[in-house]
Amino acid sequence: MNIHVAGENALMVYFADNVSDQTSLRIQQTASVLSQYMGKELIDLVPSYASMLVVFDAFKTDHLHVRKLIRDAAQPHQESQTQQQENIVRLPVYYGPQTSPDLAKIAQHAGLTNEQVIEIHQQTHYRVYAIGFAPGFAYLGETDERIAMARLSTPRKKVPKGAVAIADRQTAVYPSVSPGGWNLIGCCPTPMFDANASPSMPVKAGDAVQFYAIDESEFISLGGSFDGWQDL
Amino acid sequence: MAGRTYNMTHVMHVLNPGILTLIQDAGRFGQHGIGLTTGGPMDPLAFKWANRLVGNDENTALLENTIGGLKLKSTCQTQIAVTGATVTIKVNGISQPQWQTININAHDEIELGYASEGCRIYLAVSGGFNINKQFNSVSTVVREGIGGLNGKGLQANDKLPLVSDSRVTRCYVLPLSARPVYANKVTLRLIPGYQQAHFSRHQQRMFFYHEFTVSDLCDRMGYRLSGPKVTCDIEGILSEGICLGAVQIPKDGQPIVLMNDRQTIGGYPKIGSVLSLDLAKLAQLTAGGRVTFEPITIDHAHNELALAHYKYSRQTLVSVATEDAP
Repeated sequence: MNIHVAGENALMVYFADNVSDQTSLRIQQTASVLSQYMGKELIDLVPSYASMLVVFDAFKTDHLHVRKLIRDAAQPHQESQTQQQENIVRLPVYYGPQTSPDLAKIAQHAGLTNEQVIEIHQQTHYRVYAIGFAPGFAYLGETDERIAMARLSTPRKKVPKGAVAIADRQTAVYPSVSPGGWNLIGCCPTPMFDANASPSMPVKAGDAVQFYAIDESEFISLGGSFDGWQDL
Repeated sequence: MAGRTYNMTHVMHVLNPGILTLIQDAGRFGQHGIGLTTGGPMDPLAFKWANRLVGNDENTALLENTIGGLKLKSTCQTQIAVTGATVTIKVNGISQPQWQTININAHDEIELGYASEGCRIYLAVSGGFNINKQFNSVSTVVREGIGGLNGKGLQANDKLPLVSDSRVTRCYVLPLSARPVYANKVTLRLIPGYQQAHFSRHQQRMFFYHEFTVSDLCDRMGYRLSGPKVTCDIEGILSEGICLGAVQIPKDGQPIVLMNDRQTIGGYPKIGSVLSLDLAKLAQLTAGGRVTFEPITIDHAHNELALAHYKYSRQTLVSVATEDAP
């Protein structure tokens, strides 16, 4: 573990050089212990793929003290290990013809059928490595390498809300209409971000996510909509 | 979340929102975990003074008007104060001073001109605006559609509910000596950090010894600078958290200073972060502004922050005698 200065009131903690479930778990454990240690001294925490940004109140504490707390929090804690149960969030996806404009391209690239790509996409327990880009946008990894696909060379101006997408070995659900260059293979009717709900997101960093296929009528009954898909 | 009740007769009508006017309080904190950025005033010092001049708590929600052109009409008596970028203020066509409490009567029209020095103008109203918080803040982040009246900047005909029509009895002025000066050339003290080690000595020297110019791409998310190409021995990194003031350098070698509405994570290498006190000065620059960087340690940064806070809290406002408009 390395701790670097990030700014006047921020330290960056690097846990590893690459992405792994083990690293992700360690980051989540450290983050939760550290927030208890720091209380009001903590302004914000940004866990990501292999790192964690710690933003502190420079009028209540200083970087030397926060460094010490980070090191303490990163020690393996028996208590938190037993407490830590993997939270698996299952998200429904309609992989229908209306919602999968890039499916055939991925299948062709992989030498698979559309159905095989859909099947493979559902088999993995993805890890929520980071949340960012837009409110509620969860970066999930890693996909089976057979269905990995480079981003579009020209991003779409408007990706519909709920779009399930692949970029390289990452997958995600677009929480709201936004520009985006990921390959679209389905649509998830579960809202990924609702400012008025509590919690506002169905997942948090460190959770596991599994997708399961639903048909068109289930998609509609779960609140799914085809808004924006016709215009792609 | 229970909606607050308020008296619709205590309202500021937006006659013209100007270039961009946003409702801002101190910012939204502790929400990076769900991808929400901080928002908040680009020039926190001017923001706090505007509130203090009308007797508010220093973090009360007010209006941040970029460049100028804001025109309001009050339905009730109140007090306002305008701070930040140098701008003309007219109430019913009569010029009023900046950095000073202004008494407002019912039906008065308040009009801001266009900034001559700096670009972020703060207009506070006594008691503040009565607006529901989202994620513990009313700060507007347009990109996220969060905060403000409906996640957007002010629009003509918006009605901004006021908390009260009360007046503090006195008017105050911030002495000239305590007001910030908005120059067109600023030195940004930078705390080296993040991927600093991936910038060679030569590249760092170039970064710290050359002048950069603020490009047209400057907004509440980030300020893109143009100048000598700064290169890094890595192209990208695993996406990681970005703090306020972080200076990222993409492949084209042109630094981007990340501001209040920045994305919370990103994958470009960063050389360090600008001291918040100086970031506020950068936020007052527009395209063509000139910028140099100077390295300081995090310990030095803490001293500077403590000193600035000490000066600010010791500074008192001076009472002024004003006659109420008839």
